[in-house]
Amino acid sequence: MYSEKVMDHFKNPRNVGEIPDADGVGTVGNPVCGDLMTIYIKVKDNRLTDIKFKTFGCGSAIATSSMITELAKGKTLEEALKITRANVADSLGGLPPVKMHCSNLAADALHAAIEDYNKKCAFGAK
Amino acid sequence: MSEKRRIYMDHAAGKPVDPRVVEAMLPHMRNACGNPSALHAFGQDAKHALETARMKVAELINAEKKESIIFTSGATESNNLAIKGVAGRYKDKGKRVLTSSIEHISVVNPVKYLITRGFETLFLPVDQYGFLKQETLEKELTDTTILVTIVYANSEIGTIQHIKEISRIVHNKNAVLHVDATAACAQVPIDVQRDGIDLLTISSNDMYGPRGVGALYVKEGIRVEPMFHGGGQERGLRSGTENIAGIVGFGKATEIAEKEMQTEAKRLVELRNRMVDGLLKPVPHSFLNGHSTERLPDNVSVRYSFIEGESMLLSLDLEGVYASSGSACTAKTLEPSHVLLAIGLKHEEAHGSLMFTLGRQNTIEDVDYVASVMPSIVKRLRMMSPLTPGELKM
Repeated sequence: MYSEKVMDHFKNPRNVGEIPDADGVGTVGNPVCGDLMTIYIKVKDNRLTDIKFKTFGCGSAIATSSMITELAKGKTLEEALKITRANVADSLGGLPPVKMHCSNLAADALHAAIEDYNKKCAFGAK
Repeated sequence: MSEKRRIYMDHAAGKPVDPRVVEAMLPHMRNACGNPSALHAFGQDAKHALETARMKVAELINAEKKESIIFTSGATESNNLAIKGVAGRYKDKGKRVLTSSIEHISVVNPVKYLITRGFETLFLPVDQYGFLKQETLEKELTDTTILVTIVYANSEIGTIQHIKEISRIVHNKNAVLHVDATAACAQVPIDVQRDGIDLLTISSNDMYGPRGVGALYVKEGIRVEPMFHGGGQERGLRSGTENIAGIVGFGKATEIAEKEMQTEAKRLVELRNRMVDGLLKPVPHSFLNGHSTERLPDNVSVRYSFIEGESMLLSLDLEGVYASSGSACTAKTLEPSHVLLAIGLKHEEAHGSLMFTLGRQNTIEDVDYVASVMPSIVKRLRMMSPLTPGELKM
């Protein structure tokens, strides 16, 4: 059902965890639907210097979370905002069609974390 | 290098065909060509094989006579024939059909179909264990109720209904009782006369027979409108040349089940109880779905808080264990199992459910192996989950 890449990220997820002093946090999904993910980011000089995730969900939810951390790490905020759900799925060698909607939320979570960071900046916290 | 361990524990979804069944079927696939409707010797040989199998199936459920058994293509057809067939025949008496909220999809959808044909249907509630609420059944059984269709035992949570009492209530109001015994047949002794059942669905593969074969027991005097019209086989209720090899295999599977059921059920109950303990005791925030004793011998349905079923299934798969989950993610819809929601689980609890169904080839070693790999699987997924409370993270 899943590609080797998906299984690799499921078995050995990259960047699992929380960042206690994160500059931005984004949570999307809902445990009712079976998927919930939180992305934590650290930002320095407009670049994502660190990124971690926590995910409740199926195999593809975990794999997409892991993949987005790899895709986003080191990128500028503008570059990171350009990462789409399709990019994540493609980087994983594709996802089963039924998973494209429900469990491919990682890009949304990343964008939410960046928005959270931008909001904090706007309020002068950073 | 040792071969990778492969432990199949998804017997509710599909069972291997018993080698003795395969042997019994082979001559009917290799040589036999007769049509049981034909008068010549070849036809009569086929007819004899067909009627022998019918007798064996009738004996398993203690049908009053073998002619009460109608062979079908499986449980889905039997359920459709019973529900649509009774509704079609009795619609002048009334248009109300009752069922429970924990039925198999092959009962749920025919009942929903009846709504489009002008019937009034109701999915009755169950309690936290999955038992039908009998007081609600009594209340909802009106004079216009023609049919009540109830699962004998649910395959997801294993709960065995109190069919005899349900039958009494249904017959007090002169409604017809159809029982879907797909999961229960060959696991618990079923006696249609003792239990007071008017129509009963059974399936071949669920007792280690071939797929694509099933039966519907129709008590004498109960009228059913056929779905297939043709040569009038199976007492006119199911036209079409009979699948002789499949039916012979079904008959053989039934014969084996009748002989071995008692010993096997006892063995499975021991394995099941050992597995439930092994899965739940070492892991905090883990629970059994369904009832602890009034459940099918093969059924182990558990749930772990804060994590999701499919990721557990994938992890088990990597350890060579093949099971099933109550999660949406393994199905085509986003909703988790309607059965788990009906017993009162929250969506996230239903998503965190796992179902193991044991079979003839499973051993104590298999059960202990699964119990030994589960805690680390749960721990790893909980470490990744944002729902896991702090004290469980270490």
